[in-house]
Amino acid sequence: MSAVQTTSPPQDDTRRRSPMAEVFFSLMRSRTFLVGLFIVLFWVACALFGEHFAPYDPLADDIINALAPPSSEHWFGTDQIGRDVFSRVIVGSRDILTVAPLATLLATVAGTALGLLTGYFRGIVDDVVSRILEAFMAIPVVIVALLAIVALGTSKATVIVVIGLSFAPIIARTVRSAVLAERELDYVAAAQLRHESAFHTMFVEILPNVIPPILVETTVRLGYAIFAVATLSFMGFGIQPPSPDWGLSISSNYGMIGGGFWWTVLFDALAIASLVIGVNLVADGVHGALND
Amino acid sequence: MSLSLVTLFLLSIMVFLGGQVLPGNVGRAILGPFADQRAVDALNHTLGVDRPLLTQYATWIWNFIRGDMGTSYIFRSPVAPFVIDALGNSMKLAAVAFVLVVPIGILGGVVAALNLNRPLDRIISLGGLSVTVLPEFVTGIILILIFGVWLRWLPISAAWPKNAGFFTQLYYLILPSLPLFLVLFGYIARMARSGMIEALDSDYTRTAVLKGLPWRTVIWRHVVRNALLPTITVIATQTGYLIGGLVVIETLFRYQGIGSLIFTAARGKDFPMLESGILTIGIVYAVATLIADFLYSVLNPRIRLGSDQ
Repeated sequence: MSAVQTTSPPQDDTRRRSPMAEVFFSLMRSRTFLVGLFIVLFWVACALFGEHFAPYDPLADDIINALAPPSSEHWFGTDQIGRDVFSRVIVGSRDILTVAPLATLLATVAGTALGLLTGYFRGIVDDVVSRILEAFMAIPVVIVALLAIVALGTSKATVIVVIGLSFAPIIARTVRSAVLAERELDYVAAAQLRHESAFHTMFVEILPNVIPPILVETTVRLGYAIFAVATLSFMGFGIQPPSPDWGLSISSNYGMIGGGFWWTVLFDALAIASLVIGVNLVADGVHGALND
Repeated sequence: MSLSLVTLFLLSIMVFLGGQVLPGNVGRAILGPFADQRAVDALNHTLGVDRPLLTQYATWIWNFIRGDMGTSYIFRSPVAPFVIDALGNSMKLAAVAFVLVVPIGILGGVVAALNLNRPLDRIISLGGLSVTVLPEFVTGIILILIFGVWLRWLPISAAWPKNAGFFTQLYYLILPSLPLFLVLFGYIARMARSGMIEALDSDYTRTAVLKGLPWRTVIWRHVVRNALLPTITVIATQTGYLIGGLVVIETLFRYQGIGSLIFTAARGKDFPMLESGILTIGIVYAVATLIADFLYSVLNPRIRLGSDQ
């Protein structure tokens, strides 16, 4: 190991695919991934183009036809002020599919930076930050979010920041353990011998090599972010009216289910359930493909 | 031990910042935008929010430890009785959920591991995982529709009639505990399953089988006992999720527990109530973690005998 190997060993198998292609084909073979991807893409399409194919305006009320059960005219019935539930479910994917991915993105960026720093420097920085992060992770996200949102006021930006920052420690932990293994390898030592800055070594040398665990963790977190955003919206601390958001619709209609108006909440609940399960299937597929 | 204390300290600082520093002028918030500035100052002085932050924090924590949780902005009366009542109610709900989920979850994991990769294992593992990732209010709504609205087996609200006996209360608590059950079932079953798989594959299991012990004895004496150790830790860490779930479930079922107390306080910006509620569940969580550590050491002979490594 005295000489630094600069060329990769010649490959006998000329048909050998690049690692990226390998992962891609492995994903395309995974049934869980494809089913999950189909569900997620369906909701993304609804979020992007929903209002073009929704039969009614999701915000238009029609008091005379309020609380109508499902019929050929209103497939999913109407809510308490006569809005078409089917159209609302279709367009209701928009806000949650904006807020949750942005929160996940923030969590990934912040968590990756923290994980690289703690994993690379170790020592006191690592000890202190890790302990604080561990302690922080023990607090339920809903509680942290509730407290922060009450103090800061409700807005989409607050929800994104609060959920993003609460998830960052979890991503940081994953990145840190990947970095700990990575920093013992020769290419890191080589970079240090070249007197590359710590910043360069972390973000240019190590980061590309720890992308797979970050990718897995990000898809898993997206599922939890959807969970958290939906829950906060249901509690009234997330997405605000008049958005046709699913959690919000459930919170404004569930008071009446004792009267048998099941259609005002069931379809929204099933929509959230399908999206969360879809994202988790995708996460499961990505995890499987990257850990082969 | 030390970790849960750090968590508690961190939580108290967050609660303090969130409840007393970030919202700004408390007197103004209570009295409204049109109140006289002198009245606002006077109220701030009475509430003690015009003192240095460190003093405020110290007084607040010291009072909390002595059981003085402050005065509710909304009810204009001491917070402590509300919190204690609510905590009792939440404990009942959590107890029902735990009593159901711990044995059934462990059983599910054991059964899945003994039928590894067969259909029964797939159903338990995939089903458990799917319900675990769903928000509690989603499973809650679907369960209310099925058991409360369509079948009419169970009441849709957890508010039982006055002076209800033990069994009536239990009857009212079954439906609210089911969403918590579903969330926890997946985690516990998965841990028990992987613990079982590991234990089944171990040398001591092979020894037990080879020395001719009956299969049943091998499973219960040797495999399950060892498989349960990691499961206990998971059950303890799930207390945090359980508490987060309580906030949602108690709101959904209109149950007067600590979760709905926090929710109502948050809605009404009743900061003393909110702070005390959150700090109280922080303490509950810390205690649960300690109990789990203790149980783990009691059940794990390697730690119990105090051998070094």
